[in-house]
Amino acid sequence: MTRFARFWWDFVVGDDWRVAVGVALAIAAVVILHHRHVAAWWVLPLAVLLLLYVSLRRAART
Amino acid sequence: MSAAFLVLSAFLASAVEMVEALTIVLAVGLTRGWRSALIGAAAATVALAGIVAVLGPALTIVPLSTLRLVVGALLLVFGLQWLRKAILRASGFKALHDEEAAFAEELEQARAARSEERAGLDWYSFTLCFKATLLEGLEVAFIVLTFGASQGSIPLAAAGAVAAVVVVAAVGIAVRSPLARVPENAIKFAVGVMLTTFGIFWATEGAGAEWPGGDASLPAVLAFVVLVSFGLVALLKRQRLRIAVA
Repeated sequence: MTRFARFWWDFVVGDDWRVAVGVALAIAAVVILHHRHVAAWWVLPLAVLLLLYVSLRRAART
Repeated sequence: MSAAFLVLSAFLASAVEMVEALTIVLAVGLTRGWRSALIGAAAATVALAGIVAVLGPALTIVPLSTLRLVVGALLLVFGLQWLRKAILRASGFKALHDEEAAFAEELEQARAARSEERAGLDWYSFTLCFKATLLEGLEVAFIVLTFGASQGSIPLAAAGAVAAVVVVAAVGIAVRSPLARVPENAIKFAVGVMLTTFGIFWATEGAGAEWPGGDASLPAVLAFVVLVSFGLVALLKRQRLRIAVA
């Protein structure tokens, strides 16, 4: 069971789990802003820019 | 336009994964015989078709907004994984995928592996080709199911994937060597961009937010992801140059 879960984790998330966490937090932000009647379409594009930048810088350093 | 992107994404993702599976099947087939290798690949293809056939209708039961949120989130995480690796390859921080080198390595391993027969099959050939086709095909099945379910058209996405399998198999049979000329790294970059674009678009809609202009925003999201990707490649290349000079 652990191996099965590990396989799917590696398959979808890959080697940087922080990106997955960042996506989850960004989506939560969209939900919260939407419920407060604030336009939130810009949140995920901005999150993708930041997440990629941070993840790639870390990968380039190592 | 969404339908065209859907078919194109499924086709390109399927093509690049099938090229990798073809390399292994070719290496095994050329060194140890075709029968077991092709049966292994065919068995995996049937298993993958079964997965799509079972999960596809199951996904249509889920409400569309929930589906788009979950699928969009998964696609975005998956797409960023592809895009991240593609940017690292394009900027020189990760080795480019070399199909000829992979083929040479598989040839050597296939020649060295011992013979073992089970159920009338060369077990090494069967299991290696089954696993390779299944693993590479799982990524395609994932894309077909997520893309197709979010657009309400799994058969359309599946058609794109099947077309790619047919094209790659036909070319592979004709040339009988790894498809090293296929610009795999460029295709993986393009697929990463598309997965990320659709992930952003559908996850945002699934979370309840509305895009200005509705579906007309999709090309703008695509353009944004392309610009960001190329910008990051340029940034990393400069960083690599600074490291080399230092």
